[in-house]
Amino acid sequence: MIKFLMTMLLATASLPGLAALQIFATVPEWGALAREIGGDKVSVFTATTALQDPHRIQARPSLLAQARRADLVVATGADLEVGWLPLVLRDSGNANIQPGRPGYFEAARFVTMLAVPVVLDRSQGDMHAAGNPHVQLDPRNLFRIGEALALRLGEIDPPNAQAYLAGYQAFAGKWQAAIARWEKEALPLRGVPVLAHHDSFVYLANWLGFKTTGTLEPKPGIEPTSGQLSSLVARQQNVPAKMVLRTAYQSDGPSLWIAEKAGIPAVLLPFTVGGTAEAGDLTGLFDDTVRRLLKGLH
Amino acid sequence: MLHKPSIAMAALLAVSFGAQAAADADLAAIRSQIDEMKRTYEQRIAALENKLAQAEADAKAKSLAPAAASPVGTDRPATAAVAAAAPTSASAFNPEVSLILQGQYVNSKDIPNRSISGFWPNQLDNQRGFSINETELVIGGGIDPYWRGQAIFAIQDDEVGVEEAWFQSLAIGHGVGVKGGRYRSGIGYLNQQHPHQWDFANAPLMYLAMFGPEASFREDGVQLKWLAPTSMFLEFGAETGRGASYPGTDSNKNGVGAWAFYAHLGDDFGVANSWRTGLSYLRTSADNREAELYDINGVPAQATFNGNTDTWLADFVWKWSPDGNPKYQNFKFQSEYFWRQDKGDLSCTGLGTACDPLAAGDVVSGNYNTRQRGWYAQGVFQFTPEWRAGLRYDQLDSGVQDLGPNAGNLVVEDYRPKRATAMVDYSWSEFSRLRLQFAQDKSMLGVTDNQWILQYIMSLGAHGAHRF
Repeated sequence: MIKFLMTMLLATASLPGLAALQIFATVPEWGALAREIGGDKVSVFTATTALQDPHRIQARPSLLAQARRADLVVATGADLEVGWLPLVLRDSGNANIQPGRPGYFEAARFVTMLAVPVVLDRSQGDMHAAGNPHVQLDPRNLFRIGEALALRLGEIDPPNAQAYLAGYQAFAGKWQAAIARWEKEALPLRGVPVLAHHDSFVYLANWLGFKTTGTLEPKPGIEPTSGQLSSLVARQQNVPAKMVLRTAYQSDGPSLWIAEKAGIPAVLLPFTVGGTAEAGDLTGLFDDTVRRLLKGLH
Repeated sequence: MLHKPSIAMAALLAVSFGAQAAADADLAAIRSQIDEMKRTYEQRIAALENKLAQAEADAKAKSLAPAAASPVGTDRPATAAVAAAAPTSASAFNPEVSLILQGQYVNSKDIPNRSISGFWPNQLDNQRGFSINETELVIGGGIDPYWRGQAIFAIQDDEVGVEEAWFQSLAIGHGVGVKGGRYRSGIGYLNQQHPHQWDFANAPLMYLAMFGPEASFREDGVQLKWLAPTSMFLEFGAETGRGASYPGTDSNKNGVGAWAFYAHLGDDFGVANSWRTGLSYLRTSADNREAELYDINGVPAQATFNGNTDTWLADFVWKWSPDGNPKYQNFKFQSEYFWRQDKGDLSCTGLGTACDPLAAGDVVSGNYNTRQRGWYAQGVFQFTPEWRAGLRYDQLDSGVQDLGPNAGNLVVEDYRPKRATAMVDYSWSEFSRLRLQFAQDKSMLGVTDNQWILQYIMSLGAHGAHRF
């Protein structure tokens, strides 16, 4: 058996190297960012889709097989993938992608985290000690993450380091213009109070200046209860929220119920690349997000 | 307009909202103004905190990386290469500690010598009424960049058992993984899972028949795994070790007492389905494995087995969820099959007049050869985030039991044990679950035991990831 394994091992080592750098992105936004920066130099596998709750992914066999072959894992971090990624990394038999190695990249490390809890206690729900992990919805964060990712790609694949940097610069130029446009378009959203299914839009609200006045989940990760929903409707008297937001992977029932009782629109936001038909890439993600928010306002 | 300016703008805008509100004189306006002011101050404080964090990060960046490239944009902070947040992940709890609380209420027949008819008699649990199961304490963490370690202690009334205590390699690469210490063997599907991960309150009959009351083959030894570099999941494993758990016995000797080999294959089928299947082989050796049997006159006799046991296992798991999002609804089907051969010598030691016609205390030894099999299949459907329901069916076959010269002395039953189980459980969150289970158990010849179990499983502390 050992002899057989050794033979197989040697056979693998002598296989011709795959042309493109293999990237394992945990969520669609990092897969899209890696494509923007890496272009045809990288081959991207995205472990989850926008229709899947990133907190509740299982360590599927296919993920192990992909992690085994990855040169770089791009994760969010901040415990978003704690339920499956550590196991996938450990059991992948891939030394290069272990935390602390250049082949493991955590986006949340490069941005200023919001909603960092002061007290860690599970009685407060499914908490993230490092802060709210949904950092992709502030497009300004993608500069820092993108630049760090370009540098990391160059570190792993030195011959193409210049190409990655150029890819980032092209992205950043495009991105800056797009952000200016979105900020201008979204000015009417400033100060607008909204409800959200889960604390998914903390960074989006921080960027565009709207205010999340309540969540349908009584505590993070706990399903909306009728008591919580009723109290939110009652609060509409004093703090009238203008719309209720949810992501593509969250069930629409609670949002629609509130929307009907309170007479406000229920707005589905793509949350990440692929969340709606229009959110086909990063630019589409924010184009569609801003468009849907503005539509909800009128 | 980027990070810093926009925060300042937000604060400014918020201030101007406050100013406008003050212009209106009516009560509602004043109330809303107070609200607004409160929010304004909160925003300003948040903005200041952000600025402070930003300034700190910038200063750090300047001191650490003065040459950090800032190719595009002039007002963008040049700190991209610096980690702003502290290292996060479960390793923030170093080591990760968690505690599993498990207990139950059991309503069943009182069968003091509960075992499975037609199979080697292992004493099974007969505890009724309220009780707590083992309380499990899990401690794990990275040892250094090369190794990770984990220990699971099972705490019972008057003892602490070391369920698992192993180290695992992280830095070998090439798909190779090494594990050493005490661990649950990678054979089969359910074997690696601890009771709190089971979908039913007790183990399938076949696991009890194969490995005794622990329902898992545990090994003190080493495990070598290799994951193939294919797009489909293909994994091979080999283990060797002491082999002290049933069907082996603890023989204090040089060398090894057990070997295990297995292969796993798995993949996704569309976005909604994923599956894994496996084939495993386990060889153990028994050195004076003892059991109480009865002779043909109903007199207790002691049987002692010396020889080897070959166990083959086939397993299949399929999971489905709409769009691959298991949170709201999902379905899991699993099934395993085993075939086992005990081959060696059996001795019948007379207690009293057993093992007649010899005199009391004499021993009759001879060939022993059994070939037995069994299977189970179960399906569990989660129909809301909180509720799940499941069905399981177990069946074993006592098969061929060739007792050689002892055929005339000892009685073994020819029987097909069966059990049907239904369960429903409720989870308040990922960390707490309450389960009600009903089973009609015909694992003992001539006994139909209708069992009710109400069980809770709670876990606190670091939340480890679960296997597929």
